[in-house]
Amino acid sequence: MEKRKSALGASLVNVFSSVTAILVGLLFGFVILLISNAPQAPGGFLAILTGGFSSMRDLGQVLYFATPIIMTGLSVGFSSRTGLFNIGASGQFITGAYAAVFVGAKFTFLPGHLHWMTALLAAMLVGALWGAIPGFFKAFFNVNEVIACIMMNYVGMYLVNFMITKTVFDSLKNQSMRVADAANLPRMGMDLVFREGNNVSSANSGIFLAILFAALIYIILEKTAFGYELKACGFNRESARYAGINERRSIVLSMLIAGAMAGLGGALLYLAGSGKGITVVDVLASEGFNGIPVALLGLNNPIGIIFSGLLVAYLNVGGFNMQLHSFAPQVIEIIIAVIIYFSAFALLLRGFFNALKKRKEES
Amino acid sequence: MNEYLIEMRGITKVFPGIVANDNITLQLQKGEIHALLGENGAGKSTLMSILFGLYQAEQGEIRKNGEAVRINGPNDATRLGIGMVHQHFKLVHNFTVLENIILGAETTKNGFLKLDNARRQALDLSKRYKLEIDPDALISDITVGMQQRVEILKMLYRENEILIFDEPTAVLTPQEIEELIHIMKNLVAEGKSILFITHKLNEIKAAADRCTVLRKGKYIGTVDVASASKEELSEMMVGRKVSLSVDKAEKAPGEVILKVENLTVKSKTHGKALVNDVSFQVREGEIVCVAGIDGNGQQELVYALAGMIPSDGGRIFLDGREITRDDIRNRGEAGMAHIPQDRHRHGLVLDYNLAFNLVLQSYFFPRFQKAGFLKYNEIYRYAEALIGRFDIRSGQGPRTAARSMSGGNQQKAIIAREIDRDSRLLIAVQPTRGLDVGAIEYIHKQLVAERTAGKGVLLVSLELDEVMDVSDRILVIYEGKIVADVRPKEVSYQELGLYMSGSKKKESA
Repeated sequence: MEKRKSALGASLVNVFSSVTAILVGLLFGFVILLISNAPQAPGGFLAILTGGFSSMRDLGQVLYFATPIIMTGLSVGFSSRTGLFNIGASGQFITGAYAAVFVGAKFTFLPGHLHWMTALLAAMLVGALWGAIPGFFKAFFNVNEVIACIMMNYVGMYLVNFMITKTVFDSLKNQSMRVADAANLPRMGMDLVFREGNNVSSANSGIFLAILFAALIYIILEKTAFGYELKACGFNRESARYAGINERRSIVLSMLIAGAMAGLGGALLYLAGSGKGITVVDVLASEGFNGIPVALLGLNNPIGIIFSGLLVAYLNVGGFNMQLHSFAPQVIEIIIAVIIYFSAFALLLRGFFNALKKRKEES
Repeated sequence: MNEYLIEMRGITKVFPGIVANDNITLQLQKGEIHALLGENGAGKSTLMSILFGLYQAEQGEIRKNGEAVRINGPNDATRLGIGMVHQHFKLVHNFTVLENIILGAETTKNGFLKLDNARRQALDLSKRYKLEIDPDALISDITVGMQQRVEILKMLYRENEILIFDEPTAVLTPQEIEELIHIMKNLVAEGKSILFITHKLNEIKAAADRCTVLRKGKYIGTVDVASASKEELSEMMVGRKVSLSVDKAEKAPGEVILKVENLTVKSKTHGKALVNDVSFQVREGEIVCVAGIDGNGQQELVYALAGMIPSDGGRIFLDGREITRDDIRNRGEAGMAHIPQDRHRHGLVLDYNLAFNLVLQSYFFPRFQKAGFLKYNEIYRYAEALIGRFDIRSGQGPRTAARSMSGGNQQKAIIAREIDRDSRLLIAVQPTRGLDVGAIEYIHKQLVAERTAGKGVLLVSLELDEVMDVSDRILVIYEGKIVADVRPKEVSYQELGLYMSGSKKKESA
């Protein structure tokens, strides 16, 4: 019984430290608000704090925004647990999104639910490929995965832009074509719940899929022999090798799964039925990078990542509402960034203090 | 004589959760070699760190020549004439001997180094204390014994009169140890005083005048070395009677388990053969010991045997089956267990808990997983059983993080795991490194038990005592070649030392 208690204590400490980190981040966000526009600061701050709850529509938007970043957060968090830094979630995300949109727009012969399912599967496959390539180079040629991932981000972005203009281009909007209705994720009645009058949110079943995959990643990491191998490689590659674990295979598979998660994230965003298309611009998909703070804030724990993804989405929705208090969108972006940044920073501090404590105990 | 050169009285130092030093008294007389004896974790290092100013004691005082002094940092210690040779030398490898000696106490003129005086001084010291050195040799080119002399000269150059030697013999050959003891006696004859930290009783008997014993942070006593026997000293240190020799019955070896033929491993960087055409056998019920000075190819030999690096030539057979090209896991399943040299780098996943570490090579057995899902209950039950059988002590049983366990218990965990694999061959690389007498006794017993059970044991060791006590056969490795294949009864320490340093060779039998 006592052992259970101590495990519970440890996770309580984790939750506590995340919450403290967020509070520190919010405090600094408020300071920035004060600096940029003092008279409007309290109102703006309130907007960002309560924004996500101000209406059922806003709440729906939180779910909608959270979905892709939970997936990229899972991608980054999962690879971190196995000792790899997947900074390539952006490329995996956008190539996955393209695959989904392509299938969604072209494979109209697929009946009903099979259509969106196929689109998701295609996104996962392409994302997995995009993740596995850096993994392969890391495993067999010891190419640093960070560098390979960054290059794959750009290759992915330009390739997707090129492929969109060649295959599924809507030249009027300079973005990808609308996908067929059957390719969009089922709404599951969420459009009826999460709305304000006629103003319907984009909430859809994607959030459930994100939660489902978070649970799946959690099970892989914590319950399976495969997860045991991956984590052993992540903690100490040398001893994993000594124990006869095939660390090359682990690296490739880890990146492959991470890529699939990010690719699925792309699909979930662009098949949400919000009418959003992949715009043809030379900018890396930010959802991929947002996965990094989401994973960090969630302590790389899949369940934690669900909550941190929701938090970041919540701040985003609150940010929109700040425009009512005459804050420029750029300032809002900065505030959100500051909050996330300091939250992550405080977590690093926690790690530092832990290490300090450990060193004291050891000596 | 009441005046002590250095007197540490009632020193107490508390770390969170542990009293490292509990009311400890240490009195160093002028001109003596004073040994500080204790197991790992007894508080020797803490006490010396306090004397050297790295830690501050909560209670107690330090007196020099009867006057209370405060030592707030190594600079204070140097000012008081206290110098220390650390276990791991603190030398700059691409500097010359002379540059290292003066490092931190350089004499300069207008910002330029003035080495002439320093050189003369260093050479004077070297002559006076019979510490021969070549001042212009690079540290990376000289032997470990030489490097130690440089460390000693560094202290002398700073005119330290109290010299602390932290486990100085760990890296030396028998000849070098003898020489070091000789040097220490010279230093004392010249008026220096020495504090000598060790857990090796032979060396205390050979070198020290008096000996202070610590146990679990407590002061046990100070004795005249001449009037105390080794057995008494070890009992003071451990707190119970310890058998210093290994009991093992004669046993005729059986079938060949491991056969190595012309094994060669080349360096990745410069192509030199690190393991050079090595052939030997290990049979059932036999402990074969690979002895040698560190860095003569032992590590590469073991890595190649375990499959952690590819071999560049030769063949390896386990129970008659060739395993030269098998991967690590296959070799394990073919019956090879391996206690690695570095328990942190290889032996354990420190961030996993004890139970997870105990199944590091068996988590995929049907016993511990079903359809890919780990059977947690079974893993923890198994871990509990091993913990009981091998007396592994840890704070929270199988759920203890491996990182938080003591070195001895970490090693016990690895040994438990490797022995319980039910292998044919056990490769143990320096299994007692850094462990205290009690743990060493335990590990030797386990090795002998494996031998009795009819397994083959290949032991790689740098400790000559261990080599002589435990093994049935000794292979001496020098520069990647096996230069001797002898029985412990047929060879003396001195002879082994000569083989190890390459000055004597014998065709392997």
